[in-house]
Amino acid sequence: MMSFVLSIIRRDLLLVMRYPAEMVNPLVFFVLVVALFPMGVSPEAKLLSQAAAGVVWVAALLATLLSLDILFKADFADGSLEQLLLAPQPVWALVLAKVVVHWLVSGLPLVLLSPVVATMLFLPTEAMPALLLSLLVGTPTLSLFGAVGAALVTGVKTGGMLISLLVLPLYIPVLLFGTGAVAAAAQGMPVAGYLAYLGAMLVFALMVTPWAAATALKIGQMQG
Amino acid sequence: MSWFDNWHLPKWFYQMASPKWFFDFGARLQPWFAALALLFIVCGLVWGLLYAPADYQQGNSFRIMYVHVPAAILSQSIFLMMGVTGAIGLIWKMKVAFMVARACTLVGASFTALALITGAIWGKPTWGAYWVWDARLTSTLIMLFLYTGVMALNQAIADRSVAGRATAILAIIGSINIPVIKYSVEWWNTLHQASTFTLTAKPSMPPEMYMPLLFMVLGCYCLCAWLVVQGTRNEILDQERQASWVARYLEDQ
Amino acid sequence: MYFTSFEQLISMDGHGFYVWFCYACFVLLVAGNIWAAKHRQQRLVKQIKSQLRR
Repeated sequence: MMSFVLSIIRRDLLLVMRYPAEMVNPLVFFVLVVALFPMGVSPEAKLLSQAAAGVVWVAALLATLLSLDILFKADFADGSLEQLLLAPQPVWALVLAKVVVHWLVSGLPLVLLSPVVATMLFLPTEAMPALLLSLLVGTPTLSLFGAVGAALVTGVKTGGMLISLLVLPLYIPVLLFGTGAVAAAAQGMPVAGYLAYLGAMLVFALMVTPWAAATALKIGQMQG
Repeated sequence: MSWFDNWHLPKWFYQMASPKWFFDFGARLQPWFAALALLFIVCGLVWGLLYAPADYQQGNSFRIMYVHVPAAILSQSIFLMMGVTGAIGLIWKMKVAFMVARACTLVGASFTALALITGAIWGKPTWGAYWVWDARLTSTLIMLFLYTGVMALNQAIADRSVAGRATAILAIIGSINIPVIKYSVEWWNTLHQASTFTLTAKPSMPPEMYMPLLFMVLGCYCLCAWLVVQGTRNEILDQERQASWVARYLEDQ
Repeated sequence: MYFTSFEQLISMDGHGFYVWFCYACFVLLVAGNIWAAKHRQQRLVKQIKSQLRR
């Protein structure tokens, strides 16, 4: 089982390396959305530093959403998903492997890039660790819930828009606790509680979503 | 798992799985639901509008509570119902359960919209603005988003049985997320607005104020039961139109 | 009866518009839902009957 998961991860990472645009595009989108806010609202430092956490988190949410489409779509299109579903290994292991790859390719770079864009928005330096940590714990949850949405729309032709309708409401608690952690840190209050909530949500998502996405993939296969 | 093998569900549970049985049984239930709904809602409306005393803080605008609170309760109950029937459908492979869930979507979404509209209108005399990011209103808005997601997925998949299964998964994930969403929104709200008074948080309401509410809640539950049974029966007719019992049933009509 | 006159019931001390608008929404929504369910049933019955005749 472990070797199955690892081999899927290795294969998908290799595929991403071959087409790095799939990995870079969401990151460019992330920076672009963040850059739109000072232009659209105001370049004033005071206003931006207050909105920074929310803007970075919302941009991260949208960038994750944008990259969800690739989770199963390519494998569905060339038929390899069908083969993988017929494999003796459980489907949830496949989902887990896909989610790990998705997070390594989209979530982790977002986390690493976030200090840069947060600086552009004048986020107070004392809130920076909280932003990094909350994104680090929060983005895997986004990938996990996103996998359910992506699995549900694999067979649907107009999947791109639909996926955001299905997944965004489920992202709201992560957004609230993530921005809450940064706001607390900016006021010099402890953030451990917020991170604990985010961690609890991650554990909860880990328990529920691989099963749900696996079932959704099997159902999508019936559509044929 | 020996306990599971020896564990028998009641007979009606398996009968429910038969579309024909549900169609007939539902037809027998419907008059009861209709009568109870009419009784409770008329009593609740008249009592709430004409006889209940005005609230000492909000005056007469608190009477909006008698439509807002039942709608808000139902929006959550019906979503939960969708999750439960979806799970039943997936576990026991019951077509009828998916039909019930499908019948729930529009009823639930319209009650969620009602809760949102009445909440916004109630906000005007209470807070002076049609929209305030109050915890209850915000989580109702998120509920509406969850419903639209389910409806969009239902629309996007042409095959009814595939759509039923797919929305069942979404409804299950959504239902278990409702408490998380509610908790996070409430917590977020207290963080940002320390001292707004919520619409219906009253430590103690006198009986002449909460009895009409009880009637309205019960009445709306019966009404929704009627609507969901009717919707399910429509769905059965639609999907079982090839069955011979449908032809026999229609001959008698 | 809480209200002493009909005008008072309509105006509700200035909150009449809000209260009556909400109740109107409730009635409309309930009626709409019932009508939609019944209408769909009639349409289905008609549709299936014409299919059976063929």
